[in-house]
Amino acid sequence: MSFLSIRGLEKTYPDGTRAVKGFDLDVEQGEFIVLLGPSGCGKTTTLRMVAGLEIATRGQILLGGTDVTRLRPSARDVGFVFQFYALYPHLTVRENIAFPLKSTGVPRPEIATRVAAVSERVGLRGIENRYPSQLSGGDRQRVALARAMVRRPQIYLMDEPLGTLDADRRLEMCEFIRAQQLDLGVTTLYVTHDQEEAMSLADRIVVMSDGEIRQVGSPADVYENPRDRFVANFVGSPGMNFIEGLVEQRGGRSVFVPSGAAPKVAMQVPETSVAGAATLGVRPEYVRTDDAGLLEGEVVLDEYLGSHHYAHVKTPYGRVVMRAHASHAVGSMVKLSFDPSSLHVFDRGTGKNSRSLAHA
Amino acid sequence: MPEAYLAIESLTKRFGKVQALGGIDLALGKDELLVVLGPTGAGKTTLLRTIAGLEEPTSGTIRMNGADALPLSPAERDVALVFQNFSLYPDWSVKKNMEFPLRAPGRRLPEPEIKERIAWAAGLLKIDHLLERRASRLSSGEMQRVAIGRAIVRRPRLFLMDEPLTNLDAKLREALRLELVHLRRKLATPMIYVTHDQAEALSMGDRVVVLAEGRVLQAGTPEEIYRKPVSPAVARQVGQPRINLLSVEKRNGMYTTRGGLPLVAARQELNGATRLILGVRPEDVSLEGGQHEASIELVEDMGPAKVAVVSWGGERVHALLDKHAPQRPKDRVYPRVNPERVVLWPTD
Repeated sequence: MSFLSIRGLEKTYPDGTRAVKGFDLDVEQGEFIVLLGPSGCGKTTTLRMVAGLEIATRGQILLGGTDVTRLRPSARDVGFVFQFYALYPHLTVRENIAFPLKSTGVPRPEIATRVAAVSERVGLRGIENRYPSQLSGGDRQRVALARAMVRRPQIYLMDEPLGTLDADRRLEMCEFIRAQQLDLGVTTLYVTHDQEEAMSLADRIVVMSDGEIRQVGSPADVYENPRDRFVANFVGSPGMNFIEGLVEQRGGRSVFVPSGAAPKVAMQVPETSVAGAATLGVRPEYVRTDDAGLLEGEVVLDEYLGSHHYAHVKTPYGRVVMRAHASHAVGSMVKLSFDPSSLHVFDRGTGKNSRSLAHA
Repeated sequence: MPEAYLAIESLTKRFGKVQALGGIDLALGKDELLVVLGPTGAGKTTLLRTIAGLEEPTSGTIRMNGADALPLSPAERDVALVFQNFSLYPDWSVKKNMEFPLRAPGRRLPEPEIKERIAWAAGLLKIDHLLERRASRLSSGEMQRVAIGRAIVRRPRLFLMDEPLTNLDAKLREALRLELVHLRRKLATPMIYVTHDQAEALSMGDRVVVLAEGRVLQAGTPEEIYRKPVSPAVARQVGQPRINLLSVEKRNGMYTTRGGLPLVAARQELNGATRLILGVRPEDVSLEGGQHEASIELVEDMGPAKVAVVSWGGERVHALLDKHAPQRPKDRVYPRVNPERVVLWPTD
């Protein structure tokens, strides 16, 4: 029996909107799980159902062996951290952190000890007497984390906690959250739309769209073996390149020919690929310039990112983005080839990756 | 710069005791996208609002198209501002929101022209199918597209964008950032784009101005800002993972860390300096070819690449690795810093 077990969870709002359409997940104790997806995918609703802030329309949530599906939030022993810090403006940092303990009747001396310990841990020593309005965004977020951590709940539920921070503070807070979580070993469910955040924090990522789970796996697994086209595009910045075309069998091998291309423009693809209409997928880091390359196109944009570039190449079969160490002049023509072992073939109709069909 | 559309000199702005802008000089070309990069509180928004005419500067000059802009009202400056918070009329349709600036008193266009411009902007931003929808029913990405649409239908002479993508999903941000660059090129209208996101700054800007505490720390092309930052503060603002900054001193002709790790040969031109900060970007640290042993603490898989955190002579150094790099935590490695790519700032 896993620590957190979610079975057939659904949420339908009175207006008929199906925010979550059947969510199943088992989480082991101490795991860091990230729910990743675009806005409106149901990730926050799922988290709020685990917290008890929304009541499930159908399904079951078991936490530490107890059915909590219909329990009040306060009876669930969860620590919730929101995107908007929701600190009490009229209370000091110390009082904000102590608040959840006071409301559950912990004796005073113990409150003082625990608040001091957690303030130390999250780096708030020396500013305990300030008010939230006197703090930077990063410090306010630390207070919000400290307030969640002071209770040692069974599980942390975090809803885009870094959402409003500056980019460079996010990175720092990401490392901080991960270190804290590893240290305390508290199971964590964390919601974000940011795939980089998900990659760096998660033990496992749950990719969602349209109220459904698209894939559950380690960051490397989700990145390297996306189950479908949606995951391939959503995970990765920029996402995977797609080219429409046909898979054919030639001399016992599967090849992919882009739509509208001459038959000689054929790329060898995994043997699991089914003949017929398909979408070829390749990540930008597996695209290279190659004088013998079969795809020719014009560089239409060179995105500089410091350590690398993304060259956007307009080919007759669609735009292809290449990760490169040097710049490519806009307007220049390049020939491209793809690392054959890195190619994915997605079914045109279902969007499923032929590799995962073979594994299934 | 040959032809500046906008030229700002010694611009200051005080709010009571707070100095929001401490003497800003900048110029914007007629067909240029200038990114202003800085953390919250750097003065970015105040700068934009002062250019737009929504704030009056305490001192300094703003010239647009060669003429003094300070006596001009916001409308006369003919700039379009796009904010982080969309600011659409929630009960109006998308179309009505976009038409609004074209129906403003004194600027009202003939109906066929309004129709044509809405269709043109909606097509560019792929919001044709949303025109009849109420703004309150849109997703945040759609709202920001509409807000940008409302700004471009006017064909203003200058775009001012105040973190327009900050409230959007990461994926959407990535797509819209490219669309904005293309759109601006197509319109050939100058733009100032304010952000705290270094990836946006490097990838979008023809030039970047790094702002902190109301002052310009550096202005230059993205490559100059990334490769030749004038200070550790600028160096830290761009690049992910962040630049390695190490305190070094000159010992036996080598720049050497406090822990005694010689990194690179001392430079002639910095002969006088004995204490320095050495900056080296993670992609310029390799894990082979060096003289001194180090151990890998952590390897983070970022997808297209990996980042290793290396414990090296008492320092923690980040190295960017190929995605197929075999190294694992606890491996012994011999890091090497690319001497060509090192940046040095004397501290004595």
